Amino acid sequence: MSHDPCDKCEELLQGYLDRELSAGEQAEAESHLDGCDYCRRRYRFEESFRRYVRTTSMERMPPELMLKLSQLRGS
Amino acid sequence: MGEPEPDVAPLAIASQARDRVRFEEEALALADQVYRVARRLVSSREEAEDLVQDTYARAFRSWSSYTPGTNMRAWLLRILTNLNLDRGRKVQRTPDLQPLEESDYYLANKFAETQGEQALEQDRAVERLSQDSVVTALSSLPHDFRDVVVLVDIGEFAYADAAQILDIPIGTVMSRLHRGRRLLKQRLAEEAVA
Repeated sequence: MSHDPCDKCEELLQGYLDRELSAGEQAEAESHLDGCDYCRRRYRFEESFRRYVRTTSMERMPPELMLKLSQLRGS
Repeated sequence: MGEPEPDVAPLAIASQARDRVRFEEEALALADQVYRVARRLVSSREEAEDLVQDTYARAFRSWSSYTPGTNMRAWLLRILTNLNLDRGRKVQRTPDLQPLEESDYYLANKFAETQGEQALEQDRAVERLSQDSVVTALSSLPHDFRDVVVLVDIGEFAYADAAQILDIPIGTVMSRLHRGRRLLKQRLAEEAVA
């Protein structure tokens, strides 16, 4: 049962992870996660996947570029 | 009489100059975040730098069209994504930067059918990958998908902001995000097992 694909999960998980659900929907998602092993595992993965994607773009801009941008002021 | 007081006009000019300086400072303080998004929207560092420069040149020219108190980061990113789209139209792009084809949707939809144990297996494979793989996979996504994934996952924009930036309905943001992430994971999983 816990291995079955879960449509509910797909529908709610994205909004839940992206913090886009209303309070009611959020409660619904949480209670669903409490009772569904498959969704819980997907949730943990999806959460770390988002973090993973985010960390691929942590580099700061080159200082020379900042200088060039400052020189554009007043244009 | 309609004649302004002699010292009113200079005051207005001084106030406008202050607003402009404030705008420029606020915009420059966001440059790192704008660059980070640009870096993942285009393939090379040079392209990202050019795009950010063009964005700021245009932003500084049209600063008066910005409404103070609204989301400046979203305003800047809207300029940036429009410029990026214009560049894509002018330059002969690599296939991944071509407009989204029906076949891309077909592919994404097909991958979206991956569920159950197969999806968990895919998750485990992705977890073993390096950051470089994610960067490569991200840059290989059709640009319609990549734009949304980059804005939401890297830019940390809400769906509504991403919709406004890209000038698409919020429902389209959600579906492209869903399919874009699926496609990203699929490409990473393929690489992991290759």
